[in-house]
Amino acid sequence: MSAPSLLDQLPGLGDDTRRLHAPVRLALLALTVLVSLLLFASTPMQGRVDFVVFVIFAFALVQTGVSFALEGRRHALDRLVSLLVHLALLAAVVPLVSVLSYTVYKGLKKLDGQFLTHNLTGLGPLDTNGGEYHAIIGTLEQVLMATAIAVPLGLLVAIYITEYGKGWLAAAVRFVIDVMTGIPSIVAGLFVFAFWVIGLHRGYSGLAAAFSLTILMLPVVVRSSEEMIKLVPAELREASYALGLPKWKTILRIVLPTASAGITTGTMLAVARVTGETAPLLLTSFITPATNTSPIAGKQTAIPTFIFSQIGLGRPANYDRAWAAALTLIIIVLVLYVSARLLTRRNTLTRR
Amino acid sequence: MTASTERPPSDLSGGGLGATRRVGDRVFAALTTGAGVLVLALIVAIGVFLLTKAIPAVQKDSANFFTTKLWQPDNDPSVFGIAALVFGTLLSSIIALVVAGPIAIGIALYISDYAPRRLATPIGYLVDLLAAVPSVVYGLWGLLFLAPHSDKFQQFLSDHFGFIPLFDLGRNGVVGRSMMIASLVLAIMILPIVAAISREIFLQVPQANREAALALGATKLEMIRLAVLPYSKSGVVGALMLGLGRALGETIAVALVLSLSYSTSFHIIDANVGGNTIAANIASQYQAAEPLGQRALVASGLVLFVITFAVNALARYVVTRSGKRAAAV
Repeated sequence: MSAPSLLDQLPGLGDDTRRLHAPVRLALLALTVLVSLLLFASTPMQGRVDFVVFVIFAFALVQTGVSFALEGRRHALDRLVSLLVHLALLAAVVPLVSVLSYTVYKGLKKLDGQFLTHNLTGLGPLDTNGGEYHAIIGTLEQVLMATAIAVPLGLLVAIYITEYGKGWLAAAVRFVIDVMTGIPSIVAGLFVFAFWVIGLHRGYSGLAAAFSLTILMLPVVVRSSEEMIKLVPAELREASYALGLPKWKTILRIVLPTASAGITTGTMLAVARVTGETAPLLLTSFITPATNTSPIAGKQTAIPTFIFSQIGLGRPANYDRAWAAALTLIIIVLVLYVSARLLTRRNTLTRR
Repeated sequence: MTASTERPPSDLSGGGLGATRRVGDRVFAALTTGAGVLVLALIVAIGVFLLTKAIPAVQKDSANFFTTKLWQPDNDPSVFGIAALVFGTLLSSIIALVVAGPIAIGIALYISDYAPRRLATPIGYLVDLLAAVPSVVYGLWGLLFLAPHSDKFQQFLSDHFGFIPLFDLGRNGVVGRSMMIASLVLAIMILPIVAAISREIFLQVPQANREAALALGATKLEMIRLAVLPYSKSGVVGALMLGLGRALGETIAVALVLSLSYSTSFHIIDANVGGNTIAANIASQYQAAEPLGQRALVASGLVLFVITFAVNALARYVVTRSGKRAAAV
């Protein structure tokens, strides 16, 4: 991917003594840090974050200046942009590390067996015990139901689009899937709320939550399955037809198994995404302190809505619970995410 | 069937003669078509249903739905409008895009052109991990970590750049859960999607173009400007717009971080001024809303849907077009 600069490899092209080599740049950095340290020790400037920001700015200035004098304008600009590109990476990694490490640090305080096996019934506002057992049950049931609806339906739609769809109907289905990918999650929740929860007087339930999650999952499942099915080589189908297998058997026995690793990856990423959804659940399954094992009737807390409601209560004990639940949620989502990525390696289908 | 390898797989009519007459084939075709029709009908039903809820609510609005800043649909007379909500939605998303856009493009360039080959893929996964963190966790982190820890930074902005209206804290201003912090959290959330799509687009640029530029003596920056960016400009624009679409619909992180109000102020670091978005307003209002209030929220949800749909459709159009062009090169 990164092409080595040919100029670097050709001796005689460009004056080698007038280049800023890595050791020189390191020395410049060390010098900048040293001067900054002196400045921070002798002037009112202080703070660790301020120091880092100051060093970065100072080094960018120094390196560009020295490079401009030694190598000229073109190389000075080149080095500046290279530094900026590396800083951009830092700007993404810092928040990631901050979110993850702070959640682990705060969450471990409260996350224990007691927290995982108790709900929030019978607690006063000042109690610090209680846990997220009911929320784990809720998340499991809601996500499983959504997956059970979205995956078969999504697979069938993907097969329709790739194998059977022709004319305006297929174009319309494709368009609708496109539209669905853009539906904001709160709008999906609002629809189920307006139609199912209050429109049909079904009330809040885990099933309603699963419906809203299905709306969010379906387009992702269709899209990734469609991509994978399209990658199955035509030779495989032809071999199957030549052996006399009908089209439906070819799809079920040849095409889907070949694409299965990719389809599973796509599905797991979709599951990981909806597991963390909060907004639609607030409008569809709501929040309750009690354990509700019924997936089809009554309010049911899930882990994201548990976090949201605990933040809303705003006492230190609530924040502790919110962090612990956030840690559980991150662990669940990351496990799904990483195993999906690991599975990708087993996927032998690649774009040609 | 002889030329079938030349055709895309979907054109293969399987089984040759009489395939459609088999019972299994007919059942399976009907099943998949049924699934397609079901999804189609479902979405049309959602659209029609939301419209039947939203239109009467807007008709009962005694103020102008599009220009009113207040949101009091259950008052008598009912007064509500989306002006402040649309303003806050657009402002927070655009700030998020302005912050995240350059960083995401930088990351994409790092992975496509700067990173050592062995590190490129793992770093891509690492950046993608940002997208795996649930929005409620970002909200929690933004509220309890980022907002308190950036007081000094916001104060600094107001002290030294207060002459710019955006960073003007005014006399009674308070830093904290401001529009800027909400926008920064949004920026972190859209960063991975913009970076991932831009990265794919940069990697589609033929390696030969890069080598040609380098062979002519270009520095890496000149190579990127000559060989990479011209081919990927429209694709990157599309990636930015997909990121914008994501930011427009984000609910929980904004609802948690931002101190909610119905203002249309550009004073983005003043937590007293705060702000609101369509999505956050739905999340904070639906519970107390009476029937008319619920329908009013549905109307605002439809507006959000129309905005995100327009942005996403445009983005997809731009990305596909640039993909085709890059493939044709």
